[in-house]
Amino acid sequence: MTTLDESQLVDLYRRMTRIRHFEERVAALKATGELPGAVHIYIGQEAVAAGVCGALSVDDYITSTHRGHGHILAKDGQIDRCMAELFGKRDGYCKGKGGSMHIADPGLGIIGANGIVGAGLPIATGAALSSVQRSSGQVAVAFFGDGASTHGTFHESLNLATVWSLPVIFVCENNGISQLTPTSEVAALGGVAQHGAAYGIPGVTVDGNDVVAVHETTRTAVERARAGEGPSLIEAVTFRIHNHSEGLETIIGDIRDHDEIDQWRARDPLTLHRRTLEKAGIEASILEELDQSVAAEVEAAIEFARNSPYPDPDDAYSDVWAGEVRSAAFWGVR
Amino acid sequence: MPRMTQSGAMQAAIFEEMRRDERIILMGEDVRRGVVGYTAGLADEFGNDRVRDTPISEPTFIGAGLGAAATGLVPVIDLLMSTFLYVAMDQVLNQAAKLRYMMGGACDFPLTLVGATGGGAGMAAQHSESPHPIIMNSGGVKIVIPSTPADAKGLFKSAIRDPNPVIVLYHGALGAVRGEVPDDEDLVIPLGEGRVLREGTDLTIAAIGLMAKRAVSAADRLEEEGMSVEVVDPRTLFPLGWTAIADSVRKTGLLLAVDEARRTCSAASEIAARVTQDAFDALRGPPTVMAVEDVPMPFTPPLEAEVIPSIDRIADAARELIGGAEAR
Repeated sequence: MTTLDESQLVDLYRRMTRIRHFEERVAALKATGELPGAVHIYIGQEAVAAGVCGALSVDDYITSTHRGHGHILAKDGQIDRCMAELFGKRDGYCKGKGGSMHIADPGLGIIGANGIVGAGLPIATGAALSSVQRSSGQVAVAFFGDGASTHGTFHESLNLATVWSLPVIFVCENNGISQLTPTSEVAALGGVAQHGAAYGIPGVTVDGNDVVAVHETTRTAVERARAGEGPSLIEAVTFRIHNHSEGLETIIGDIRDHDEIDQWRARDPLTLHRRTLEKAGIEASILEELDQSVAAEVEAAIEFARNSPYPDPDDAYSDVWAGEVRSAAFWGVR
Repeated sequence: MPRMTQSGAMQAAIFEEMRRDERIILMGEDVRRGVVGYTAGLADEFGNDRVRDTPISEPTFIGAGLGAAATGLVPVIDLLMSTFLYVAMDQVLNQAAKLRYMMGGACDFPLTLVGATGGGAGMAAQHSESPHPIIMNSGGVKIVIPSTPADAKGLFKSAIRDPNPVIVLYHGALGAVRGEVPDDEDLVIPLGEGRVLREGTDLTIAAIGLMAKRAVSAADRLEEEGMSVEVVDPRTLFPLGWTAIADSVRKTGLLLAVDEARRTCSAASEIAARVTQDAFDALRGPPTVMAVEDVPMPFTPPLEAEVIPSIDRIADAARELIGGAEAR
């Protein structure tokens, strides 16, 4: 039985539905060719981002992954600036220089999504180190996938965070697949949480489609981190409904197991949470209003992104360096 | 002005900077134990929180440096050998070099990496080469190599104060060389600014680190033969200390660029290309590159001496260039 009150339960739904509406529209926009580059859709995993970020303070840190839209939106990143970034426009979070895989908002503690598997774990570990040095009480969360659990940075980061007792929470979203290869084929252990034992820290497996369970597990880890007791490892078992990236089936064919997808659809994290909300006596109309308002916000964001200008050609040469205007000036380019 | 070694100058720099700015932390392998001289004594003054021995996990402690830099600290990371950068290339080239740009400038990363570079100590290829060309091509990491103790102090301090990722490579063979070092606590050398180590009129030698010192020795020898050679040390390789080189070549009309990196895509080849393109009218002969041929650094001292440009080889090449220009 959950200890969350009604407003907390609704807030978790709000975080999930922001992601769901955003991702459904992004997938559609990608299909029509309106978005450049690759997009990795988070649908199916919403309970992980929402449950974790719902347990964090605004100034707590997260690092995210190539499948990062959900983390950014669950941490209350702006929908319009996210959308504009996916469009490659000047009003995007990164002024069109990062794109789908690299959204950051340091003001919200989002130190960045990252296109390299495993790269965010050391960065989150460093943010936790900074928190300790500044006695700020902030915690850091590194989101990563099961595919990153075979990466050296995963093991190195768990080790470093443990020996320095850093307030960092390693959140593995285990969707079972490393791009196209089932992780069970390429990882020595059947799961990820067991690795916690190797470093003497808690390693907890949780139903990654149950937002309340994810939330409560994270809260325990946050309390431990804030108390100075060190890192935790959470493995949230979930599933991604979409392909690794949108349109991949047009290149490699449809190799997915549709029975498996259907089984996971039956455990849709938003549907599951709506049942919880219903049991808690929360009126459906509240959720419908929330859905409508988020859907409207996403549509407005699409218009915002469409109307935002592309960066100027000259913008290609700024933002590399702090304190300097144009990197090209280094070489005397005229 | 006090005379000190390169290592002593770097030690003075880090002590002064850590006293000045409490956001600075130093971490790396064995830094508290002082395996590299310049970190000795730091833990005694600044404590084990600001001076941290790391596990042997280069990708993670460099990545952690980035995370700490993004969130209010000013980390200085000692790498021991600069070749250990290769272990952490994702964090250096994909992260440090790119994150600020990819974030649209939303966040600064004031991170300094320090490591020993170059050969001459019989350490074989994995512990003694010059990785600076790779960093020069990173697009987003600055890199400096001092050739004198005073420059070591000033460049190290500038690197720490710079709000961007900067790599400081110091040459092991210059560690014990003494020189005058100002005790000015604000001795900073603007990154990207080269300097003339020795004035001359017949030929410019552009060289860095140990090669700059050898070039000065070669120039002194050629002076006795009646030739006037100018030696320029760009000091910063990215952004290249270009103006000092360009001004010198426009004066002398000849360039010999000497580098301890391998020849292909070396700093010297970049300098020669720039001179060819930007100072062509001033040239009296072909811009010439002298570097390590494209082999890994050998272990045994005779072979090491064979591949690293020596004073003799630098002098011979300079003599030939000056003679060739006079004959034309």
